[in-house]
This record gives sequence, C-alpha cells and structure tokens, in this order.
Amino acid sequence: MPVNKEILDEIALSQAEYDMIVDRLDREPNPVELGMFGALWSEHCGYKHSRPLLGLLPSRSDRTLSQAGAENAGAIDIGNGLAVVFKVESHNHPSAVEPLQGAATGVGGIVRDILAMGARPIALLNSLRFGPPDTAANRRLLKGVVDGIGWYGNCIGVPDVAGEIYFDHCYSQNPLVNAMCVGIARIEDLASAAADRTGDVLLLAGAGTGRDGIHGASGLASRTFEEEQELRPTVQVGNPFLEKSLIEACLEALATGRVRALQDLGAAGLTSAAVESAARGGRGIALDISQVHRRESGMTGYEVMLSESQERMLLAAAPEHVPAIREVFDKWDIPCHPVGAVTDEPYALVTDGAEPIASAPVSHLTDAPRYRLNGQPSAESVERQRLRLRDVPLPADAGAVLLQLMAAPNIASRQGVYRQYDHQVQTNTVVAPGAGDAAVLRIKGTGQAIAVAIDGNGRQCFLDPYRGAQMVVAEVTRNLSCVGAEPLALTDCLNFGNPERPEIYHQLEQSIRGMARACRALGVPVVSGNASLYNESQGTAIYPTPIVGGLGLLEDARRHCGSGFPEEGLTVVLLGASQLTARASDLAGSEYLNTMHGMVRGRPRIDLALERRVQSFCRSLISDGLARSAHDCSDGGLAVALAECCILGDGRIGGAGSVGFVASDEMSRNIPARWDAALFGEAASRIVISVDAADVHRIIAAAETAGVPATISGRTVGNSLRIDGLIDLPVEELAGAWYGGLNNALQ
Amino acid sequence: MRFGILVFPGTWSDTDCHHAVSGVLGQEADYIWHKEDSVDGYDAIIVPGGFSYGDYLRAGAIARFSPVMGAVRDFAAQGGLVIGICNGFQILCEAGLLPGALRRNGHLEYRCQWTHLRTERADTPFTNRCGAGQSLAVPVSHGEGNYYADASTIAQLEEQGRILFRYCEPDGTVTPDANPNGSVDNIAGIINEGRNVLGMMPHPERSCEALLGSDDGNLIFGSMIDAGANRAGAGRPGAHH
Repeated sequence: MPVNKEILDEIALSQAEYDMIVDRLDREPNPVELGMFGALWSEHCGYKHSRPLLGLLPSRSDRTLSQAGAENAGAIDIGNGLAVVFKVESHNHPSAVEPLQGAATGVGGIVRDILAMGARPIALLNSLRFGPPDTAANRRLLKGVVDGIGWYGNCIGVPDVAGEIYFDHCYSQNPLVNAMCVGIARIEDLASAAADRTGDVLLLAGAGTGRDGIHGASGLASRTFEEEQELRPTVQVGNPFLEKSLIEACLEALATGRVRALQDLGAAGLTSAAVESAARGGRGIALDISQVHRRESGMTGYEVMLSESQERMLLAAAPEHVPAIREVFDKWDIPCHPVGAVTDEPYALVTDGAEPIASAPVSHLTDAPRYRLNGQPSAESVERQRLRLRDVPLPADAGAVLLQLMAAPNIASRQGVYRQYDHQVQTNTVVAPGAGDAAVLRIKGTGQAIAVAIDGNGRQCFLDPYRGAQMVVAEVTRNLSCVGAEPLALTDCLNFGNPERPEIYHQLEQSIRGMARACRALGVPVVSGNASLYNESQGTAIYPTPIVGGLGLLEDARRHCGSGFPEEGLTVVLLGASQLTARASDLAGSEYLNTMHGMVRGRPRIDLALERRVQSFCRSLISDGLARSAHDCSDGGLAVALAECCILGDGRIGGAGSVGFVASDEMSRNIPARWDAALFGEAASRIVISVDAADVHRIIAAAETAGVPATISGRTVGNSLRIDGLIDLPVEELAGAWYGGLNNALQ
Repeated sequence: MRFGILVFPGTWSDTDCHHAVSGVLGQEADYIWHKEDSVDGYDAIIVPGGFSYGDYLRAGAIARFSPVMGAVRDFAAQGGLVIGICNGFQILCEAGLLPGALRRNGHLEYRCQWTHLRTERADTPFTNRCGAGQSLAVPVSHGEGNYYADASTIAQLEEQGRILFRYCEPDGTVTPDANPNGSVDNIAGIINEGRNVLGMMPHPERSCEALLGSDDGNLIFGSMIDAGANRAGAGRPGAHH
C-alpha cells in the first residue's frame, strides 16, 4: 500500500514508525492493518512517551490487588473481602470539540473501565480546566461540559461526589476534562480482561457499531489540535440509558460465573479491546466483522475495527456458556452477538465473512515503540522561579483582598455546579460535595467508609514540575486525611503538551519524578492512570497538569470530619505551622499573586516528612473524636481557609449555618509585616482544625510529641471573621462573595 | 409488610428503596421486573426513581405502557398502597393514577439538594407517623420536578386535602425560596382521591439514616408499614385474583 505523509498524519504515525511496521510484518500493511497499528501505537493506547517514565511511580502496597496497566483499573483491598476499583481518564480533546458529548462520553468511558473489572460503579469525580470565564467561548465550554457530566452521570445512577474546576488562560484552547470512577466488588468476583482460554467465544454486547469516533485515539487524543471544525465527526455520541442497562446486564452476566473475561471498548474500539484482551491472555483472536451488529449500513472493515461507538463491551466465554450469557443480555434488551473466538496462536486475524482483511502477530500490534527523550527546561522557566517579596506591592486592605479572593473564579464555591449532579444516589454519601475536603461514602454491610478526592495544581507544576507534582500528591492525600481517611492509593491523569518538545518532556519527566518521590514519602502507590499528551494549540502548551485522584479508608464511617466550624465556643488550631511566616516561596503560584497582581511566579516548596506527620496527626485526632472540623489551607491560604470554615458552619441539614471566628491575640500579634504572604500564601502541610476548648492543651501536647507544629489561632464566636488590625468582615458578606463568585463570573 | 419495588430499564432508586425498607426498616422487599404482569402478594408497591426507558419522549411516558403498570393500576384500584418517587411520580401522572404533570424545573437545571417538606396532613397511610405541619428533611434530585396542573385541578386537590407535601423552610414556613423547581404552590407530593396512591418528587429513601444527614424518610415508609398492618385484617389487595 503506497503511503504518504498525509495518510500517516491521519493516523498519527511517523515515517519511521511506518518503516518499523513494515519491518515487523516483513511486508507493507494493508489499510485495515495500518489503521489498527495507528490506533494501538497512538499515545493514547500505546503510551509511547509516557510508559518508560510511568515505571518510576511506585505501584504496589500490601493492599494492591492488581498491577497498574495489567488490568483496566487499579484494585485495592479494603478488608471485609471487598475491593475498591478506581481510575481517572482524560477526555480533553473530544470535550474541546463538542463539550456536552465529549464530557458525557468521558464519563461513560471511565465507568466501563470500572465495569470491566467486575465492579459496580459507586462514585464519579471530575477535574476540569477552562480558559477564564470572561469569554463567551470559555463559558460555553464550561456549560457544555457540566451539562454533559450531569446528563450522563445522573442518568446512570452513579453519584458525582467530588471534583475541581480551575480557570487559566493556558486552557482556553485546550480545556481539560478528566473523569474518575470508583467501583466496588467482592474480591473473588473481580473480573479479568485477559482472554486466556483457547476456543472461548468473543461476544460483543451493547450498542450497534457506527461511524462515530473513528480515529478518536490517534486523531484526537494523540495530536495537537488546530482545526477543530473538521474533527467533529470523530467525537462519539453517548447513550447513558443504554449504559445503565449495560452495567446491570454485565454484572448479572458476571454473577452467573460463566464469563471468562470482560473488556470495555474505549479508545480504538474493537481493535484495542480484542487485541489487548488477547495480549493479556497470551493468546490470539479471530474476529469476523460481518457478525458485528451495526447502526449504519455500508461500513468498511476499517470503520468497524476502529469505530469508537460508545456503550459496548467485549466478553469471552466458553461456547457452552454462551446461551446463558446471551439470555441475560436479552432480558435487558441489549444485543449480544458472537463475533469471534480466542485462538491458540498469538495472532490477530480479522475477516469479513470468509475474506481476510487483517492479520498480524498480537505482540507486533501491542508493543508500541517507546521513546525516551532528553528534556530541557526552557530559559523562561528558570526565570519564572525568581520571586522576591519586595517585587510584590503590599495591598492597602487585607479585608478587601479576602473578599476579592473569595469571589475569584478559582476559589468561589462550586455549589452552582455540583448541585446539578446527583451526588446522593445509591445512598452512601456521608460527606457530600462542598461539606468536606473529600467526599465520604459509607460501605454498606460494613462499618467502614471510603473517602475520595481529586486534585491538581497546574500553576505550581508550571513553576516547578518536580515540586509542584509533589504538592499535588500532598494535597490529595491531605484532603483525604482532613475527613479522617487513611490514604491508600492514587490514580493519575497526566495532562501535558507535546512531549516531542524538550521543555514539555522535561515537565513530564520531572512531574512524574516528583509524584514518585511524594508517593514514596507518603506511602501511597499509583495503581492506575492515563496520559493525555499533545494538549497544545498554535504552539502553546497547557500548564503541566498532572491530576491525581485519591482513595482513602475510614474504619469507622461515623468518625469523619467536615470542613466547617460546627458551633461557637470552639478553639481553632493551625496544624503544620508554628508561626505564620512570610516567605516568597509561600506565595509561589498562589491565587493571591494571580488574582491581585497578575503574576505567576516563584518556586513552591514542601517538606514531605512534615506533611506525613501533619496528616497522620490530623487523622488520629479525627479517629479519637477530638477534631470537630478539619480543612486544609490551599488556594487562597489561611485566610480563605478560615473564611470557608466560617461560611460552611455546622453543615447539618437545616442547621444554623455559619459561625464566626476571632483570631487569638497571639496570632494577631505575630502576623508579620508582609501579612499578604502570611494570610494568603499557600505554604503546604497546613490544616485548620476546631476542637473543644477543654481538649486544647492535651492536643497541643500530643502534637509536640508527634513532631507536628500546632498553634492556637483563635476561637469560633459571633458572626464575623476578625483578625485584629487586618480583617473584620461579617461572615454573611464573605458568604455572599463566595457563593456568588462563580455565578457572577459566568454572567 | 411486603414491599414490591418496580424495576424498569433505567431505574436507579430501586436498590436505594430496597435498602431503606428492608435494610433499615426490616421489612420484606422484592424487585418486580417491568415485564411482569402481576403484583399479587404485595402489601405496597414502590415506583422508584431513575430514568425509565431513558426518559426519551417525556419522563415516565413510556413506562406507563409496561405490563407491570397495568397490574399496578388494578392494585391501586383495590386500595393497595402505591408510592411513586421522583421518576415514579412522573410515571404515576403519565399513567393517570395522579392528576397533573411534571415539567422541566423552572430554572432549567437539574437540581440535587436537600429540601424540607411540610406535611400538610397526618391522617393518611403515608404520614400517620408524622405530626400535621411537621417539617421533614428529604432531598430532591431531578430535572423535571416542576409540578403543574390547571387551576381547577389545583383547587380540587386543595379542597379534597390531597396536597400532602409542600417545599418549605426548615421551620415549616412555605416560601418561594424553599421551592427547588418552581412547582405550583410549592407542591412536592400529592395523593389520589382514595388516599392510597402518593406521588412525590423528593427521595424519602435517601433520608432514612442519620449518617446520611436525615432519617425523616423513615416516617413516610414507617407510616406505610403501620397502615399496612391495619389493613392486614381486611385481606391483602389482589389476594382474590
């Protein structure tokens, strides 16, 4: 087959990669084969640039039940014979082209990854990035993405329990839509995606195959992104109603014990599902695409093999079990047809009826080339790290700064978004979105609960990818600790620009190294993940944005904590800082610098050993019932954290609501001249807790023993937030700014 | 007490309702597949929430034609207790068991949040454990919960005492601010003339445990259990089929 650059560009393969294919096959590939190679060797499926680096991340602990990459998602033993399965995945480019369908199918796709593990999906999370909301285009993207997540998630009955949204110019052309799903299964019921038994029948269940999404993996997910208009047909269209029935039918089929292997059809559709299942099982496959049920006529073999039509699953089962499995799908009115078989010889053979249309060794298809490049920080990136406090003018009024930050699009309450998502269905949600630093879901039939959170901080990773990525891991585990959960494991989605550029490769490598260091220091493995590279347009990349999802465990679901101050008369203690400092590094990449001074500068720092002690101490206070609330200092620093604790108040349904705060004399006295850095700096490893006054001295003493700095910041009283000489604002006014901020920005 | 919980393709509150009446309240409960044409042997039927048949066309519009809904109609006609929750309320309206319709929320957004419901009367099989005027914390989660009926129907509902729940403030005051979807007169739930069929948008099965924020929903299911016990002497509906 004669190829040219145009054809290779279409499937995102280089000439060298094409030559490698010819070499391996010892002949030219035909168009179907070339399409299959293109999809499986895409960055999205083949992890050409990321896999060598992903090996740096710790992937095991005594609770891991699967190895990262070996199955569709990571599985963690939470005790009582139960496994929690979870993974985060990107759907960035489809969402940029068609935000509603792109985001919706992102949710659908990650749900099927969890389903493929034999787990029931019990929670969704998402992490979103957009350009500033001051342009109609960015607002349209946000609205479309939120509508898509809500539409799909609400319809399938999986609660959307946590998430984050940030705005920055770098995401204007490249919004990020990362979706995470969490599932639960009995350990012995976990399914495998390995088609490992010769003679098993391959059954394709779910939606008819259509022309939607062809080249999603190679075209959308693996290239930079210039001509969006042309790409619309490559976006998939979702049917959440069918997905809901597909979930039930697959779980019911698995419960019969007759399904040998289960695999979702995601990126690269049938090609990837069939070939990767065979590769996992060390077997081959024979597919007859004339048996694939379709939603449109006249499709070519190429189109059938590469379609990314949604809501499809591939099952492998012994021939004698096929009728019983099909009966289950019949009950749910879901088409389920034999499309091939598992073969002994590790070969992928595709026919259309009797006519062969593709044939290649499985290992040739799945062993994508791997590239290890040389990263090089750009000159500007070094310059950006320089930040001196004297270059930052001190504002006149701390109260005005606080009000402005509370209303800033990156800090304001997300209530307007999460109340559009059903976050309660399945009746497990103990700590709902907005009420705590992580969501808490009880596990029915046990006294336990899990906590889940998702975090990223592109700005700090942009300033220092190594330290920034450490801070992301620290923050997500800190959020779990703030609700009282012990962090068990992480999942990551690596959103970066074009790795073929040295400065981007540098960001990728350093971020992964930073994550790996923090994971080791904090004792959590990364058990699943996804890489989304090539997030750039017109040569401008997004900030390096590793997004990390965390899973934590509470042995006693009742021993959890919310963020808000639950009542008046409590003492407020700051963990992690013995005094309020004013260092330039505290302001590095802060929202204060961004919002008030339009600066993205500095070099963040974190002490991981301190971080670990602070988190562990916070958890022990919660499990001992001593902490009445816990909230970490992140965006906007200590002052914003205190304001949020006041606004959230007792958090009870129909409860009294907000509570005031007055700083102690000691805190007010010790605020340095650069109060901006002290109050709004984002130094890591700090948690604001409230405790009963009677317990304070015991807690301070225990903190000292644990090597955790702890200082009394003030007490909860009245209905305003007061730091003498600097801030005196009614909580109602702060709440107005915070709750209204995002809505006002979107008008 | 034996509850039957309907399951349509797209239903998702079925397991939540099962957990509430069985796991929390200790009653018997079975799922009833939409293709069944009998609900014999049950003391009460729950039509749960979800997106039955994808809610294509209109919420509840297709589910009403399912075989099981024919059986539920007969069951209700004989005085059997039926509670439709969220999508179940929509289905009961589409099936003609309750008057009116549920339109898209006034603000056009899906809304999942806690609401409070004023119990307008306590002398029904669904509220006998409540006090008249009692405020219950029960959450909503819907995009089409904006109850509408024409003025004469509303007047009739009012006159016959069939408006059972209204969205209110925590203290029981009915205000426009407490209304999450723009429904007429803050209506959250209504009953039929025979007082044995309730349709409500909020989800009582989500508020049956203090750990989840409220256990007020138990008052509604508990009332049904009491009412069922009282009826038991008279024989179960459907028993003579």
